[in-house]
Amino acid sequence: MQSQAEVNMPDQEVKHALQSEFVSFTVAGQAFCLKITQIREIRRWSPVTILPHAPADVLGVMNLRGAVIPIYDLSARFGLQQTEASERNVVIVVAVHGKPVGLLAESVSEIISINPEEIQETPQVDSRSTMEYIQGIISHDDTMVRIINLDAVISAPEQVI
Amino acid sequence: MSGSIQDTFFEECEELLEAMDEGLTAVEGGDHDPEIVNAVFRAVHSIKGGAGAFGLDELVGFAHKFETVFDEVRSNKVQLDTKLIQLLLRCSDHLADLVAVARDGGSTDEEHHDTLIAGLEEYLDEEEEELTFEPMGLGGPAAPPPLAIESEKNYTIRFQPLKEMFGTGNEPFFLFQALSELGDLKVVLDESELPGFDSMDMAESYLAWDLELTSSEPQSRVEAVFEFVEGLCELSIASDKDDEEEAAALEALNAAFGADAGPLGSGLPEVTPPAAAPAEAPETDTSGPFEAPAPAEEVKVAEAEPVEQAEAASPEAAKKEQRGPKPTLRVELERVDRLINAVGELIINHSMLAQQIANLNAGDMRDVETELEGFKNLARDIQEGVMAIRAQPVKPLFQRMARIVREASSATEKQAKLINEGENTEVDKTVIERLSDPLTHILRNAVDHGLEKPEDREAAGKSRVGEIRLSASHRSGSVCIEIKDDGAGINRPKVKQIAIEKGLIPENAELTDSEIDNLLFLPGFSTAKEVSNLSGRGVGMDVVKNAVTGLGGRISITSTPGKGSTFTIILPLTLAVMDGMVVSVGGQTMVVPITSIVETMRGSDDMINSLGADGTLLSIRGNFVPICDVAGALGLMKPDDQPPGVYLLVETETGQRSALAVDDIHDQRQVVIKSLDGVCGNIPGVAAATILGDGKIAMILDPESIISAGGTAGFDTERRMSNAIAS
Repeated sequence: MQSQAEVNMPDQEVKHALQSEFVSFTVAGQAFCLKITQIREIRRWSPVTILPHAPADVLGVMNLRGAVIPIYDLSARFGLQQTEASERNVVIVVAVHGKPVGLLAESVSEIISINPEEIQETPQVDSRSTMEYIQGIISHDDTMVRIINLDAVISAPEQVI
Repeated sequence: MSGSIQDTFFEECEELLEAMDEGLTAVEGGDHDPEIVNAVFRAVHSIKGGAGAFGLDELVGFAHKFETVFDEVRSNKVQLDTKLIQLLLRCSDHLADLVAVARDGGSTDEEHHDTLIAGLEEYLDEEEEELTFEPMGLGGPAAPPPLAIESEKNYTIRFQPLKEMFGTGNEPFFLFQALSELGDLKVVLDESELPGFDSMDMAESYLAWDLELTSSEPQSRVEAVFEFVEGLCELSIASDKDDEEEAAALEALNAAFGADAGPLGSGLPEVTPPAAAPAEAPETDTSGPFEAPAPAEEVKVAEAEPVEQAEAASPEAAKKEQRGPKPTLRVELERVDRLINAVGELIINHSMLAQQIANLNAGDMRDVETELEGFKNLARDIQEGVMAIRAQPVKPLFQRMARIVREASSATEKQAKLINEGENTEVDKTVIERLSDPLTHILRNAVDHGLEKPEDREAAGKSRVGEIRLSASHRSGSVCIEIKDDGAGINRPKVKQIAIEKGLIPENAELTDSEIDNLLFLPGFSTAKEVSNLSGRGVGMDVVKNAVTGLGGRISITSTPGKGSTFTIILPLTLAVMDGMVVSVGGQTMVVPITSIVETMRGSDDMINSLGADGTLLSIRGNFVPICDVAGALGLMKPDDQPPGVYLLVETETGQRSALAVDDIHDQRQVVIKSLDGVCGNIPGVAAATILGDGKIAMILDPESIISAGGTAGFDTERRMSNAIAS
C-alpha cells in the first residue's frame, strides 16, 4: 500500500509540474489566451489618456498606482476591427521585459490547465501578422484558443511608433 | 564580497582620478605648489596600491611609471615644463582608461600605452639607476651596521589603522615589512579592542599594533614609511634615543656624584619623594658644566619635532577639508530615488486630497484649506530638500571635458584650451550623467569644425591657441550651459548649400541666419567633408539635440562669422517636478511648462487676423504673433469647430514668439513628471506625462516642438488626415 503510494506520487507530481495554466479571454469574438504567469492583474476598463500621434492600436496611457503604462488594443493589433472600449471590457496588465503594459480585451473567460503536448503548432495561414503574434493553438471545449506570443505583440510594433 | 570590495576600489578610483585631474589642471594653470604635486602623487599611488591588491598588473605597471615620474617632480629632480605637463595630462587620461578597462573589460590602445610609457621613461632614464639603487642601499646589510653602532635608536611605535586605511588598499603588513628594512623590528598585536563575533562590524578596524624598532635611521625615515597612511591611522612614534642618552648622561653624572648613583641609575619608582626631588634638581642644575647639555638640547628638539608635526598635520587636515568637499554621506542612488518617488506620490496625493475636499461642498472649509496649504508647503520643502540631495556640481563633468578637448585638439593638430566657468553650479545627477555625451559631441565639433588651424588663426589675427569656454550658470529656475568657441563661426552659405544638396531644404528656400544655424540640428546633416576620426561618425548634432530635449531642455546656437559660435543649452533644474499650467486641448487635459509661458490671454475674434489661406496671426497690443493650434499640432480632433478661446503666449529660445491656442486654462500647479521613455516612443510635441489630482494622466507639452512642428499651414491637412483615419 505504502509502496504503491510512493510509486504513484511522483507520477502525479510530474504531471502537475508539466501542466501549465492559461487565462483565456476573447478579443473581437475570438478566443485567445496567455500563460497565467505572464499576467500581473486584470482591471476593468476606464478611459485612458490619449497619446497624440499614436497608431490606432495604441489606445493611450493609464495610471497604474503611480506608474504610466501604455494600453494596447489587442484587436487592432491583430488586424481585427478596433474595439469600442466600454465598462464591460477589461485591461489585462502584463509585464513585458519587466515593464507593465495593458492589453484591452473584450472579456476574460476562464483559467484552463493544459499539458504541453496539447499545444498545437499554428497552421500556416496567409495572414502574416497573425502568424507572428500567435505562438500556438489549443483545443479546449471544442473551441480553438490562440496562445499569444507576448514578445511579438509588444516589442515589434513599438519600433514603428 | 570581493565584488563589493572591488566596487569600492573603483569608486575610490573615480574620486582619486578626479583629484588627480584637478591637481594636474591646477599644475597646468601654473600652480606648482608642492602640496598639489603631492596630492596627485598620492592619488596615483593609491590607485596603484588598490590595483595591486586586485592583480591588475597593467594598471599597476603604468601607475608605477607615472608615480615615479611624479616622485622625481616632487623631489625637484625633474622640472615641470609644458611638455612634461602635457605628457602627464595624457598619462592621467590613459590611467583613467586603464581603470575603466579594468572595471568594464575591453582593451586599451597598446600603441598609445607604449608611447606614453616611453615618454615617461624619457624622464626616468638618468634617474632610473639611482632609483633602483636606493632600495638596495636601504635593505643592504653592509651599510647599516657601522651606523648602528654609532647611534642605534629604539623607536616605540603605536599604530592603529582606521577603517578608511583598508579602504584605500593599504596593508599593514607592507608597512611592517618596510619598517623591518630599517632595522630590527618587533611587532606586537593589540587585539584588546576586538569585540565578539556577534557585534563585529566587517568594515570596522579593531586592531592595533605596538612596534618596537631598533634602527639607526632618523625618525623622519620611520615616519616616511607611514606617509601614505597619513590621516588614515592613529600613529605615535616615540624614540627612546633621548632617554637612553639622557640615561647615559645621568650615569655619567651619577658616576661623578657617586652617592646618588644607585637610585638614579635604576630609576626606581619606589624612591621616596624627598629623595627623588633633590635627585631631579641636581640633574638639571648640574648638567650645565658637563657634556650633558648637548643631548638635553637634542631631547628638546626631538620632542618638539613630533609635536610640530602633529600640529602641522592637523592644519593640513583642516586645509584638506577646506579644499575637498565637506563631510559627506555616501548613499545608494536608489534610496534617494525611492525617496523622490515617494515625494512625487505625496504631491499627487495632496492634489487628489485637495480635489476631493473641493468636491465635498461641505460649508465652511477655510480651516481645512489652511491646513491643506500648509501640507502643500511642507511637501514642497521636502521635495526641494530631496532634489538638493541629487544635485551635484558640474565640476567633474567639466573636468572630463578638458580631456575631450585635449584629445580632439591633438587629433586635429589644432591648439585649444578649455576654460571652465561656474563649475560649482549644481545640477541634478541624472542631468549631469546624460549631459556627458552631448557635451562631448559639441566640444569635439567645436575643436574639429569650429576652431581654425593655428596658422589660419594667426593669419586672422587671433592667438594660435583656440579658446573654448564652457560655462554653467543658474538662470531663473533653469540651468544654462554655454559652449563658446572663438573659431571661425558657422559658414552659413556652406551649411545652406549642404542642406540643399542633402535635400533637407528646398533649393529656393530663403532662410534667416538663425534658421541656417539651426539646420545643423537636422538629422542627417554633417558638414565634415571626410569622415574624421573625431566627429562625423554619422552621428550628427541632431543626436545632441535629442539628448537635450530628452532632458526637458533646449539647445540653440548663435554664431558670428570670424568670431566664433556659441551653443546654449537650457535645462530644467530638476527632472522630477515642475510648475505647469493645466489646460484643456481637444477635450484632453494637458500641462504646459510655466517656464515657457510669457503671458496668457483670452482671445476675441477681432484679435485674429488671417494670413494667407491657413495662417492666422494674433494681434497683441499692436504686435502680430503667429497662432499655433495645439489640438491640431497633436492630431487631436476638436469637440466642435469653435475657435479656441485662450492663448498662451510662449517664447522659444531663439526669441521667436508664438501664441498657443488652447480650449481653456484651469489651474497652475506643481506636477510630478513621469517619463514616457519605455512607455512609448518619442511623441512630437509631448515632453512627458504627469498624474493629476483625479488620478488621470495628462501629457506635458513641449511648446517649442509644437511650434517647430509647423504652427500653421501643415496642421489642417494633418488634422483632416487624422479625421479621415478616425472616421
